[in-house]
Amino acid sequence: MTLVLEQLLNGLQLGVTLFLLAAGLTLIFGIMGIINLAHGALYMVGAYAGALTAKATGSFLLAVPAGLAAAGLTGIIIEYIVIRRLYDRDHLDQVLATYGLILFLNELVTILFGRQPLFVGVPPALSGAVEIIPGVPYSVYRLTIIAVGLMLALGLFLLITRTRLGMLIRAGATHREMVRALGVDIRLLYTLVFGLGALLAGFAGVMAGPLLSVQVGMGEQILIMTFVVVVVGGVGSIKGAFFGALIVGIVDTLLRAFMPMLMRGLVTNTSEADALSAGLSSMGVYVLMALVLLVRPQGLFAARG
Amino acid sequence: MEPGSRSTILAIALALGVLAALPFAAAALGNPAMTTLATRILIYAIAAASLNLVLGYGGLVSFGHAAFFGIGGYTVGILFHHHRFNEALFGLMLGTDQFLITLPAAILVSGLFAAAIGALALRTAGVQFIMITLAFAQMLFFLFVALKRYGGDDGLIIRRRNGLFDLNMRDDTTFYFVTLVFVVLFFALVWRIVNSRFGLVLGGIRQGERRMAAIGVSTYRYKLAAFVISGMGAGLAGALWANYARFVSPDMMHWTKSGELMVMVILGGAGTLLGPLFGSAALILLETVLAAYTERWQVFLGPILIVIILFFRGGLAGLVDLVRKRP
Repeated sequence: MTLVLEQLLNGLQLGVTLFLLAAGLTLIFGIMGIINLAHGALYMVGAYAGALTAKATGSFLLAVPAGLAAAGLTGIIIEYIVIRRLYDRDHLDQVLATYGLILFLNELVTILFGRQPLFVGVPPALSGAVEIIPGVPYSVYRLTIIAVGLMLALGLFLLITRTRLGMLIRAGATHREMVRALGVDIRLLYTLVFGLGALLAGFAGVMAGPLLSVQVGMGEQILIMTFVVVVVGGVGSIKGAFFGALIVGIVDTLLRAFMPMLMRGLVTNTSEADALSAGLSSMGVYVLMALVLLVRPQGLFAARG
Repeated sequence: MEPGSRSTILAIALALGVLAALPFAAAALGNPAMTTLATRILIYAIAAASLNLVLGYGGLVSFGHAAFFGIGGYTVGILFHHHRFNEALFGLMLGTDQFLITLPAAILVSGLFAAAIGALALRTAGVQFIMITLAFAQMLFFLFVALKRYGGDDGLIIRRRNGLFDLNMRDDTTFYFVTLVFVVLFFALVWRIVNSRFGLVLGGIRQGERRMAAIGVSTYRYKLAAFVISGMGAGLAGALWANYARFVSPDMMHWTKSGELMVMVILGGAGTLLGPLFGSAALILLETVLAAYTERWQVFLGPILIVIILFFRGGLAGLVDLVRKRP
């Protein structure tokens, strides 16, 4: 029972991380009509900047703004040089140009920091565990990620539903031409949205640093899962991104945790069972996506319009 | 390039002449590596041409075509594995190392996978279709990483190339010509398809799916058929690659491989017959040249790709047209 609770929380933590990426991806697509494959690269940039800062200064408090700044800056440069020219292009051109960005950024990071993964320690203030219910200790750091992630989700929700900027974002997502016709500087709005997405991705990267090894390729790994989230939740919908991320995060974590036990019961050879369960649990979220597609091809929480 | 026009026929004749003479030129220059390089280009040309059928002609941006390339390769690899160790496959048949069996098997299996993936993915369109094809390819990638029985992460070594009649398949020049025959057959098939009624409908779907639906075409079926044919073509390429490299691994279906295939199609010119051949040649030659200077050649490939996408639309085939149309 305690294991289930622990794994549920782990799933929630992964889900929150996925949400930070999916929110940016789905906003950028919903409003700007851009499919940005380089979104995962921004996550990687954030993670690297955070890890290197933490290593150099020993302070995780400095790592967070460093990661945010690096991802935000990279996002703005990318938007200014490449993305801006892709607004009127079809998805194919966008996919290929942002694929080019991935190749470039990944290789650049490899050249600058090598192939060896970086490891960041959990910040001392957040290390250790607390008992969430008596007898069940859980990592403070993971709890912090969950709390901050949920707060960001709430903030994003308020930003989009309660502020003027959010109104413009919603209007831009459904009636782009009309917003432009009403004299709104859509260019500025686009840059803001892209910057916001980059910051969220960078933040997810910094926070993931102490939990994963920071290495080239981490961006694409999570990007493809983010795609699953967006497809499951419905393209362009923040609500879809939120619930999709939680579903995908929890399903993936639970499968990884409990599939080995299940397979060991079925397959006698232990090492083969472990390999098989690793593969099958990696496939789990894709099967989930296929099921959603069968029932609701537009996603569970498709945006209207 | 208009299909059937004189310039196309001229271009095809020229390409065939160059390709047929290439191994002899390589031998004369004392550079046999040229032949294997050309074999690689030809195999990828088949894979890119398959993708071009859905992407260029049908307007379906599949970002998971490496999956079918890998499935084709693994079919050859697994059949050989069972042949070598004399194990039953699915409890009923033995493996084989005969080209004339492995190749159709690879095409069939990848076609089945394409049918299953296509049937699901084609329920959506646009950006979701891109994400879904990518995700399904990734799913198969993980499946083969997990299949320890067939090498898992490390892949499967195929000790000998498949046998075909009494040909000495170990000889790289022989294998080059075998590949060339398949390239000619496959490109001829693509030509037939795109100039048939089916091809016209496919083009119509790309330009305006609603209009095609409005005049009574069941577009889903056409798209699915094109997707399956395209998957089969990629499977054929994968089977040839397995024989060429004598090795298959999950890397064959990695998402970057799908990206490479797309880049080839776009570099060469989407929706043109010979574009994928140009694109394959361009990318592989570029890779070879850049890799000679630096191991980190992708740091140059990325920006080159972006510049091409942003400023040179229509790819190499478009460039040829552009030059030709100038007075």
